[in-house]
Amino acid sequence: MAITRDEVEKVSLLARLLLKEPELEQMTGQLGAVLEYIALLDEVDTANVEPMAHPLDVVDAFRDDEVQPSLDRERALANAPNRDDECYRVPAVLGVT
Amino acid sequence: MTEPYVILIGLEVHVQLLTRSKLFCGCSTRFGAPPNTQTCPVCIGMPGSLPVINRQAVQLALRTAVALNCTIPRSTKWDRKQYFYPDLPKGYQISQYDLPLSHCGWLEISDPKGAFASKRVGITRAHLEEDAGKSMHDEAVGRADSRIDLNRAGTPLLEIVSEPDLRSPAEAKCYLTELKLLLGYLGVSDCNMQEGSLRVDANINLHVGTADGPVPTPIVEVKNMNSFRAVERALSYEAERQWRLWQELGVRLGEPGGHKTTRGWDEGRQATYEQRAKEESSDYRYFPDPDLLPVVLPEETVESVRASLGELPAALRARLETGYGITPYDADVLVNQGRALVDYYLAVADACGDGKTACNWIQQGVLRWLNDRQTTIDAYPVPATEFAALLKAVLAGELTTSRGREVLAEMIDHGETVEQAMKRLGIERVDEAELETLCRRLLEANPKIVAQVQAGKEKAVGSLIGQAKKHNPNADPGRVKDICLKLIAGM
Amino acid sequence: MISLLDHTATILLRQLQAGALSAVELAQAYMDQIDRCDGTVKAFLHIHADSVLEQAERIDRKRAAGQPVGRLAGLPVAVKDLLCQEGQLTTCASHMLGNFHPPYDATAIRKLKEADAVLLGRTNLDEFAMGGSTENSAFQKTTNPWDPQRIPGGSSGGSAACVAARMAPLAVGTDTGGSIRCPAALCGVTGLKPSYGRVSRFGLVAFASSLDQIGPIAQTAEDCALLLEVLAGHDPNDSTSVNRPVPAYSLAVRRPLVGLRLGLVREHFGEGLDGEVEQAVREAIRVYESLGATVAEVSLPHSRYAVATYYIIASCEASANLARYDGAHYGYRTKEPAMLDELKHQRKQLHEAGDSAGLEALDSALIRMYRCSRSEGFGLEVKRRVMLGTYALSAGYYDAYYLKALKVRRLIHRDFQEAFKGVDLIVGPVTPTPAYKLGEKADDPLAMYLFDLYTASTNLAGLPGIAVPCGFSTGRLPIGLHLQAPPFEDERLLRAATMFQQATDWHTAAP
Repeated sequence: MAITRDEVEKVSLLARLLLKEPELEQMTGQLGAVLEYIALLDEVDTANVEPMAHPLDVVDAFRDDEVQPSLDRERALANAPNRDDECYRVPAVLGVT
Repeated sequence: MTEPYVILIGLEVHVQLLTRSKLFCGCSTRFGAPPNTQTCPVCIGMPGSLPVINRQAVQLALRTAVALNCTIPRSTKWDRKQYFYPDLPKGYQISQYDLPLSHCGWLEISDPKGAFASKRVGITRAHLEEDAGKSMHDEAVGRADSRIDLNRAGTPLLEIVSEPDLRSPAEAKCYLTELKLLLGYLGVSDCNMQEGSLRVDANINLHVGTADGPVPTPIVEVKNMNSFRAVERALSYEAERQWRLWQELGVRLGEPGGHKTTRGWDEGRQATYEQRAKEESSDYRYFPDPDLLPVVLPEETVESVRASLGELPAALRARLETGYGITPYDADVLVNQGRALVDYYLAVADACGDGKTACNWIQQGVLRWLNDRQTTIDAYPVPATEFAALLKAVLAGELTTSRGREVLAEMIDHGETVEQAMKRLGIERVDEAELETLCRRLLEANPKIVAQVQAGKEKAVGSLIGQAKKHNPNADPGRVKDICLKLIAGM
Repeated sequence: MISLLDHTATILLRQLQAGALSAVELAQAYMDQIDRCDGTVKAFLHIHADSVLEQAERIDRKRAAGQPVGRLAGLPVAVKDLLCQEGQLTTCASHMLGNFHPPYDATAIRKLKEADAVLLGRTNLDEFAMGGSTENSAFQKTTNPWDPQRIPGGSSGGSAACVAARMAPLAVGTDTGGSIRCPAALCGVTGLKPSYGRVSRFGLVAFASSLDQIGPIAQTAEDCALLLEVLAGHDPNDSTSVNRPVPAYSLAVRRPLVGLRLGLVREHFGEGLDGEVEQAVREAIRVYESLGATVAEVSLPHSRYAVATYYIIASCEASANLARYDGAHYGYRTKEPAMLDELKHQRKQLHEAGDSAGLEALDSALIRMYRCSRSEGFGLEVKRRVMLGTYALSAGYYDAYYLKALKVRRLIHRDFQEAFKGVDLIVGPVTPTPAYKLGEKADDPLAMYLFDLYTASTNLAGLPGIAVPCGFSTGRLPIGLHLQAPPFEDERLLRAATMFQQATDWHTAAP
């Protein structure tokens, strides 16, 4: 299954990446090659095979509903690339520039 | 209905579950803390952090699902719903996709005033998920950015999705009221819309009757409604808007220009407005969260939850109507006040032996008092036993209704028993013989009145009642009148 | 004369316990060795220079005062820069986290601290553990201590190389598709990927959550047992860590396995396997036979699909796990003024051209911030995998890729279950060839992916696997033997590896 440059561009938006030439062209080629290799799986008959999302067949790991101390705000915000005294700051979520 | 269309409404309700800590970490869920003071590596989505499920959240969700008559699968799992937004720090929300905690349930709604026939509204599914944080647009001059508070991120939510079974905005409001009541009875959520612990999104479209059968109009999802009244109004507005649009353009669901859209409710303008579609069509790329294990819900667990539900509003209303002889409307009024008030009512009614009187007195004497003070029955100063004692006295004719009200007021103000309050008011039972003596004396002192009565002017006896009250405030006016008339007749 | 640094961790620990050696002396010896060698090897991203001796002194004082000490008291340990350590730079070898200081310790780090290990420093890796050569580090290229022209393997290349170069007696790595075993094999040291769920992943920066596992790298399997014993155990903070008792691996490890049955994977001795590697592995199997083991051929019919299956699943999980690096709450953010200027410029151009569709499609400032931050913060290999995973999970492709891969994973898992009905361990090569040259596969991601041919299926099935030195190529490059056991038979694996190391001396060779 080949992937087109257009599809790669669309996926890059979905993945919130920005690919410019020549990266876009290179990515298209490399993803295409990997997908071609992956098509190998088409030859496996998986009818009636249960998917296996996880190696463990364990269930039910819970914690009790107890409040644990939170991070001090200063420590929580310490790694923020942009912040004020109380909050993280990001470009406007409303889409204004 | 006279309109040539049917309205189809389905509701998506998010309720915050009453846990102490968040769904996947130990941070507090307390409302109103200063921004970013209730976060940890897990709910900030820091590298390396891992979620662990809060057992209580699953319990509360299960309780609700069982009460909503849902099918509970033997096991449920967790999925990642992926999208980028600054209030969603991991870039995905942990939710439940194809194996939700419950599905295929129903909630019965009815209008106590009979505006529509009672019906079962289908529940498509009810599943657990984590809440996002809060983004606030900074209004400060010269700043074009948003501030992010992650306190709410990771709070447990139960998303309850209904089938498009609701046929009018009034039904939608009724469904929400009933759902909120049920959640309150179950003790799973405080459903406080102002604090965001109950949020409603509505999907609405019309099926227009045409010669070729019903035609669906494009579905609209309405958001930003912050009260049940707003939901009702927004849906009424939206139904009319869609009808107008249909008449103008005739676009049906799925045709070009007929895809699902999202509109917000503007409370100020009392209108919905188009919310610009996101830059790309949403593709959430759900897949099972490999950090979490499935939760197994064995039949025994579900059954023990079912057994622990207690009496729910619908059953309680039925019991009040049949067992206590009150009207559906009155039963609804009482049940809507919550279990604690109903328990108070039941105690009073059982002790005084008259459900109807108890209901009237509680609506007049208790509900009004609570409402004036915006408080709940636990704050009401008169214990049920005393309230019942008062009603017994009234029912036995020892107190008139108006005198009874005065007594109740005393009991409330001074925290007294019926006995004490009556004493304070100087109310004592007046002996029949004593009353007769008093009347005889009054007649002797007022020959004019006697003459008027004898001349057929029975009303004249009224002025004697006033005099009797002056002599003895406990004199029952009705009795005074009766005795006087009897004595005059015998003269 | 054998130098201090050639001793195994087990022997060093004994000397520390006997008072024949102080933690400070030992730490100093390794710091000196790092000074001598790391300029060439470049195994470390960061050395805790200011605190190493302090940590060692504290342990010496505890010992001198007769206070109880932890199980690794005084032993230096190097840690892959993928585990969060409170207050310490934790970069994952990515510009994205070039300045990230976690406010908490990974459970594995906490356990090392509680065991009184001396934390030496943070080792290099492929960015976010994505790669098999450690060339994908954003900061430096680690070289193979046996040949500086060659890769150390990856992604735990720094951890394997520092043990091989005797710059640390013990190192912690992580393995998602071979990331402990491959570099261990290529550097001539022993590396164990424990059973999935054996070691807590809390604080391990996730690459692919259903595959990642933390494990030890050391000179010997006995040393690995020592370190695993500290790392292993149930952690309430990791739902996928299993609640089973931790055996006393270090006590059990010297007990040979009687009647050991080895399974030789037919499919692993075919096309693509280097002749010298095959010869060394077959020779190793003869050693086992000489120790009384029986060898049978087993088949893992779906093993040729392991790499494809692995790359789909790992990339899908990674695409979600790495979504959090968006420049909003921590990590790298693009320079906003420049970004906004460019956006403004683009808008103006589109406006002038009357391109309303283009204007409509133009990113908002927030989305552009995300896209620039991620594109500038991530390296090429990370972007490739994020793209692959995003694509494979997107609408219309989920069934064809992700779901299909989960089904093949089931078949691979069943192959192992079948095979383990007749044998105790599965044995074969770790890598198809010895270490290749730096840059050799840089432009061919697929060739690099195929290097995980023999190791990826271990992770898909959640098994433990170990790489044990078993020979050298004619160019004197180390070759590794791969042993795999059923889930939670980590002890069996360590005992089998120790049997081999008691009978051979490949593991004692130093570059």
